[in-house]
Order: sequence, then C-alpha cells, then structure tokens
Amino acid sequence: MEKTIAGKRIAVNEEGYLTNFSEWDETIGEDLAKEAQITLTPAHWNLIHYIQDEYKKEVPLTIRKIGKSGVVDIKGLYQLFPTAPLKTAAKIAGIPKPASCI
Amino acid sequence: MNDNGQNGHIRKMMIILSKSGLESVYAAFVLANGARMEGIEAEIFFTFFGLDAIHKKKLNHLHIATVGNPSMHMPTLIGGLPGMEALATHMMKKEMEKVDMPEVPEFIEILKASGVKLWACKLAMDMFHYEKGDMDDEIDGVLTVGDFYKKAEGTGVHMLFI
Repeated sequence: MEKTIAGKRIAVNEEGYLTNFSEWDETIGEDLAKEAQITLTPAHWNLIHYIQDEYKKEVPLTIRKIGKSGVVDIKGLYQLFPTAPLKTAAKIAGIPKPASCI
Repeated sequence: MNDNGQNGHIRKMMIILSKSGLESVYAAFVLANGARMEGIEAEIFFTFFGLDAIHKKKLNHLHIATVGNPSMHMPTLIGGLPGMEALATHMMKKEMEKVDMPEVPEFIEILKASGVKLWACKLAMDMFHYEKGDMDDEIDGVLTVGDFYKKAEGTGVHMLFI
C-alpha cells in the first residue's frame, strides 16, 4: 500500500513501515516523527543514522546493541523514544520493523 | 495505539518470579524487557527462590535445572551428577550470547535503564533472613504482597506467575 508522507506517495506496509528504504529522506523522517509525536533533536538524528547504517550492514537491531553502540545508552534511548523505542525509531528511519525480542 | 488499557490493550505487565532456574529468570527478564520495547510498563516481584536473581552473591551463579527438566533429555541420575548443571549452563550461555542475550547482571542493568521496576518480596526476604543490603543495588524496594497488588491497580494490567 501507499501513503502520503511529506507530500510524496511512499510505499508502506500495513503497520506503516516503509517497504522501500531508498524512498526515505529526512523530510519523510520528520513527518513520521511528527506522527509519532516526537520532536527530532540532533540526538534523535544520530540514532536514526546509526540504525540505518546497521540496517544497510544487515545487522539485526537489539536494545542491547544500541546500548553498547556509544550513540546513546539505553536510558537515553527510552528518553528519545519513550514508547516502543526500537519500533518507533525504525519506523521514522524508514527501515523494517525490528524482529528482535531483546 | 496507546488507549490506556481500553479495548483489551495491555498497559502494564506485573511479573512474579518464584524460581531461580536460569530458564525461569530469563523468561521473566525477556518478558519484562519485551514489554518495555512495546511501550508496555513492567514490574517484577521476586519471591521465594526467585530472590536469587537479585541476590548480590547469587545472581552470578544461577543454573539451568538438569534434574526434573524433561527438555534436558537425560536420565535423572545423570542430571544429578556433579558438574552436570554447570555444563548445561555453560552450553546454554554460549547459545544465548549468539542471540545477543545478556548475562543476568547486565540484564538487570538493561531492565532498570528501560524503566522496569524490581521488587523483592518481604515475606520471602524474612524467611531466608536476607537484608535489603544483600540485594542488588538496582532494586526499587521490598514490598508486601498487598503493596504489589496496589501497584497492579488500574485497567489493562496483566499478572504473570513464573
């Protein structure tokens, strides 16, 4: 299915995750963040770029790995994205929903 | 998404851990952490042998039960041999590291950083003659059963006994 994000028609799945990462740009990230009621700060962007890099390297995302990344600690992660941090960050970053349980 | 527990939405998980086998402790920790990852609140009440998981001197030495555990596929007599539990535990820890599962002390830190509340059961503490100082510094306090139920008030709260 498609959805209008930042004025563009973008392919998303039924949960609203982008299905084609190459369609993502920062205006789309900002629009999706607004939808999740999050105001993006430089700290948010650092994390978004980090998880995008991990996605490109095909490294599965876990809370523990983010905690050890040096980008943000786990407490900080929950402050940036208080509700469902990994999923929310992944959605804003235009990458698939994390399949991890930890 | 967040409808405060209306329409069957889970708002908070109250997990009671009564056992100290690594398989039980991990079940409680993964469920609590997984709840936080979904935007669900989580609290763990450690009672009876579950207290070992937050006992400073014990939390580093939790084992998989090899006796009375049908998934071990070994006769009870063999499971009871010296060193069998340590061996099974060592093998499982190796597999857990591969799926990025932290060891117990690190897991407790992750739970706390994620906003999970950790409570020790007062009655079990008294029974085992444990003091608050014997418990991990990360725990939030010692509660009676009544206190714990009080924290479970509200809609969308689920309770789980392990």
